[in-house]
Amino acid sequence: MSTEQRGQQNGGAGAGPRPGAGPGAGPGFGPGRDPGRGGPMGGGPHAGMMMPGEKAKDTRGTLRRLVVYLQPRRPQLSVIIGMAVLSTIFSIVGPKILGKATTKLFEGIVAKMMRVPGAHVDYTYIGRIILLLAGLYLLSALFSYIQQYIMAGVAQNTVFDMRRDVEAKLARLPLKYFDSRTHGEILSRVTNDIDMVSSTLQQGVTQLITSAVTIVGVLIMMLTISPLLTLIAVVTLPLSFVATMAIAKRSQRYFGTQQKTIGELNGHVEEMYTGHAIVKAFGREKRSVAEFGAINDRLYDAAWRAQFVSGILFPLMNFINNIGYVFVSVVGGIMVTKRTIEIGDVQAFIQYSRQFSQPIVQTANIVNIIQSTIAAAERVFEVLDEAEQIPDPVPAKVVKEPKGDVRFDHVDFSYKPDVPLIEDMNLEVKPGESIAIVGPTGAGKTTLVNLLMRFYEVRDGRITVDGVDIRNMKRGDLRRMTGMVLQDTWLFNGTIRDNIAYGREGATEEEIVQAAKAARADRFIRSLPEGYDTVLNEEASNISQGQKQLLTIARAILADPAILILDEATSNVDTRTEVLIQRGMRELMKGRTNFVIAHRLSTIRDAGLILVMNNGRVIEQGTHHELLAKNGFYADLYNSQFAKAGTVEAVG
Amino acid sequence: MIKLSRFLKPYRAAVAAVLGFVFLQTIAELSLPTLMADIINTGVMKGDTNYIWHVGGRMLLVAGGSAIAAVLVSYLSARVASGFGRDLRGRVFSRVESFSLHEFDKIGTATLITRTTNDITQVQMVTVMILRMMVMAPIMAIGGTILAVSRDGSLSLILVVSVPLLAGVIALLASRAIPLFTLMQTKLDKLNRVLREGLTGIRVIRAFDRVDYERRRFEEANRDLTATAIRVNRILAILFPVLMLTMNFTSIAIVWFGGIRIDNGHLAIGDMMAFIQYAMQIMFSLVMVSMMFVMIPRAEASAVRVNQILETAPEINDPSRPASATGQRGRVEFKDVTFGYAGAEQPALSHISFRAEPGQVTAVIGGTGSGKTSLISLIPRFYDVDSGQVLVDGVDVREMTQEELRAKIGFVPQKAVLFTGTIADNIRYGKETATDEEVRRAAEVAQATEFISGMKDGYDSEIAQGGTNVSGGQKQRLSIARALVRKPEVYVFDDSFSALDFKTDSRLRHALRKETADATVLIVTQRVSTVMDADQIIVLDEGKIAGIGRHKELLTTCPVYREIVSSQLSEEEMA
Repeated sequence: MSTEQRGQQNGGAGAGPRPGAGPGAGPGFGPGRDPGRGGPMGGGPHAGMMMPGEKAKDTRGTLRRLVVYLQPRRPQLSVIIGMAVLSTIFSIVGPKILGKATTKLFEGIVAKMMRVPGAHVDYTYIGRIILLLAGLYLLSALFSYIQQYIMAGVAQNTVFDMRRDVEAKLARLPLKYFDSRTHGEILSRVTNDIDMVSSTLQQGVTQLITSAVTIVGVLIMMLTISPLLTLIAVVTLPLSFVATMAIAKRSQRYFGTQQKTIGELNGHVEEMYTGHAIVKAFGREKRSVAEFGAINDRLYDAAWRAQFVSGILFPLMNFINNIGYVFVSVVGGIMVTKRTIEIGDVQAFIQYSRQFSQPIVQTANIVNIIQSTIAAAERVFEVLDEAEQIPDPVPAKVVKEPKGDVRFDHVDFSYKPDVPLIEDMNLEVKPGESIAIVGPTGAGKTTLVNLLMRFYEVRDGRITVDGVDIRNMKRGDLRRMTGMVLQDTWLFNGTIRDNIAYGREGATEEEIVQAAKAARADRFIRSLPEGYDTVLNEEASNISQGQKQLLTIARAILADPAILILDEATSNVDTRTEVLIQRGMRELMKGRTNFVIAHRLSTIRDAGLILVMNNGRVIEQGTHHELLAKNGFYADLYNSQFAKAGTVEAVG
Repeated sequence: MIKLSRFLKPYRAAVAAVLGFVFLQTIAELSLPTLMADIINTGVMKGDTNYIWHVGGRMLLVAGGSAIAAVLVSYLSARVASGFGRDLRGRVFSRVESFSLHEFDKIGTATLITRTTNDITQVQMVTVMILRMMVMAPIMAIGGTILAVSRDGSLSLILVVSVPLLAGVIALLASRAIPLFTLMQTKLDKLNRVLREGLTGIRVIRAFDRVDYERRRFEEANRDLTATAIRVNRILAILFPVLMLTMNFTSIAIVWFGGIRIDNGHLAIGDMMAFIQYAMQIMFSLVMVSMMFVMIPRAEASAVRVNQILETAPEINDPSRPASATGQRGRVEFKDVTFGYAGAEQPALSHISFRAEPGQVTAVIGGTGSGKTSLISLIPRFYDVDSGQVLVDGVDVREMTQEELRAKIGFVPQKAVLFTGTIADNIRYGKETATDEEVRRAAEVAQATEFISGMKDGYDSEIAQGGTNVSGGQKQRLSIARALVRKPEVYVFDDSFSALDFKTDSRLRHALRKETADATVLIVTQRVSTVMDADQIIVLDEGKIAGIGRHKELLTTCPVYREIVSSQLSEEEMA
């Protein structure tokens, strides 16, 4: 029964280690899925073939690009393919040879029963055959091992390259790209989609080869044994095929419903859990549970149907297979009695017929998986094809000792082509000046900074720093001249020291502490049990919002830039702390060009120049007192901020 | 997994039936080779074609029976596992809904979501696999062994060698691969984290020109993951060749030794062929089990996480005999309240006493981390106090049902949360029975009419999940409208105007004044301008009350308040 397992090893319809979607992860393929995207409740191992296979838009093109990825590993791949083919052939030949031993045995015994003189079982012959078989099996196993061993490297390294390329690509994409996509969506391309490619490479490719070789090989072997029996065995094929198709079609429908319901359920759970306080505050727990119950019932209905229908396939295939088995046994038995076939051949044939239908089902399965993989790869390639930001100029102009002279010259800009935001903006900031930018939300304050940092490209006009158009500099050089403190306090999972040191590569311990002191962060850092070695957790929830902000300020101080940008930098700290921070910041702002964007007008009263923005334009400018005296937009804004509830006039 | 199996109880009968049908299926599968042996031993040897046909017919019946049993197994196990999953999910969800914020803080929202969704699915998936495949393995092994021994006891000795060998190989590889799988998962998480950090911090990374640094970090995580993945897959590369080899060598051994025994007249040739098939079936059932060895530990981890939820009892429960309100409608009173979060070294609030009266505005002001949000979270009993009492309508909040208590309160959180549904649905969340007129009125007071009417479908405009299609300020206004529509006795605003620009803010407060004239209003804020005209200002500093009074009084009596004010207003404005 040598090769019977061969087919099954490749995963009998249902239980095999197929890279199905979701938790059914079997041995031998990529890492488990990140429960981020789409259907985290994806199908089990059965789902592999049953999930509605998504199709790529351009299968051929994507396939070609995948091949390009494999190109550098062509030698390994040819070894893999060779090994897979040889291993399969060796194991396919097995039953036929083993059958010869059985035949010899049978002949000897029949002869003995017939009392043929000198009749005996030819053990030398059988022994030789068995040795030959043992050798073949050993080789087959060895080749199979080598093949899978090499494949592990090829598949994982290919995926490594892919991940690296995508990451490098992300670094070159303009911010515009990230604005229009959720993090989850991008993440899922780098993890889930690439994982899919990984599993398919690891398992699918060789399985496809083995299955194909098995089908052809078994067919040939069967034909050489008995065309009549082959006919019987082949007749069951269309039956299996029809059965598979019928079931796959139905189960795809049920899996579709299941997936949809799961989406609903997840949505509800997510919403209710994240809004837990509100659900509680408004006493809506019962409603929420009832709604969950309704979705859950629908999910049950869809889930068991999907499970059941897909679960039928295995027994059904087994049944069809068994029918073939019975007929082969019967007809084969009769043929032996008629001496038209040898008994060992019947034994071999039974084995062949048993493993014939499996690779066929499997091939259909793999084709489906490969299809989804191509779709996944296509999504990855889509990222790689996105338009990159304009490359840095070569040679780039270098500002040796940046002074911080910033100039906006007739700048036009819009995020969306048809909605102009900034039009004909002119601005001149001399080194060491502090500019405050105020205005209602959406007025374009942050946009100004985005343009200065060249996160976005101006549509018209130009921005210069120390007289050099920023487009003629390297982005890195430009950004090293500038330091930023944002409202969004981004810190990473690491120690406080590392987070501050992020401001400048190679900063010394002393510099870090100095920066923390200047930002008034040193005291609270030292009060933490681990001090500067405190590791911030993933959400950095082990320190307060205000403390986070202090760290980002320290980070900017350490960077020691010529131009400093404070974008709502203190909006997350309370005003008393802010007063403290501002003392540090005033120190920091000395001798630099400062852009201060603020929501809280109290923080910018001392700025040398205040720009009031509205609808993408600077509508007023001047000092605090000048602007108040003007009694325009700024005065209005300012007064409303300090107005008593109900009245819109200044207090006192 | 075992702990969770109590949820299978309602399906006991079905599970028993599954076991029964699996047994039948196994018997049927095993008797096919037996019948085939008959064909060869009796039919072929004697050349009895009729007998061959006869047995062939029986084989077909047996195969059919096996198929029917298998379909029934599939049906029942699908029903059982899905039902099990549904029950478990329902149980977990309603348990989580009964949790107080305390349990949410402790366990974490994100993991609660995964536990209710993915983890349960994982367990459900494995349940199907166990019912359908795993239970078959021992039955198959036992049945196959019995039949093999009954065919030829001494030839069965081969199985004594090969089966444990196979089991040993599987166990050995599993013991090496499973920890690596776990490790790989950790490394994958790490990679995801680096990437996620890179995405959320993209502006900072670019601003500080640290793209290369991030690339190195990613590269490192990537390399690390790849190395582990290669190791796992190389270990697993051994598995199937070895399994194959063991099985193939077993069949060779059976032919060789079987041949000798046949020659000696101890064994019929058909029996030997049947014997090979038994051996294969036994071993194959082992392989089936081995295929699941990756799923089981993963499902086990899921089961543990799910169990943890079920074992967490909500800390806040309704009293068995709730007291009804006796005192002044809408009065909120804190009596020497001390409260700390679990695991925190210092209490978030200590010895807080004050009273908020209906028709008055009580403002709570203080720096970040001073305990403002903690204080108001105690009013709807999101948490229980450690000592002291919180009274609403003169009754300790712990002596009321949560439903009754919260019905009195209109709560507006710091971070506005909206739900999927239309704008009207979201406002009606505060009061299910609200008329269109009431909804419109609430929106008007909340200064939301303008942007609502600017939307294409007005009040029927759909809010996307997480409220991503409205701005922060718009969310806040809707969340205020939701509280207003309730017309509650007590309003609680937790820094709810922060995303509004100052003009809208002051217009809103103006409108609110009228609307909430008879109610008790508590406002948490950092803005002095918001509190200046409050009837009572509570100044919090590091969890303690630093002063209570009106603006003018506090300016003279409370240094903390003076500091806060002076940080926001200029001298002349403070007057």
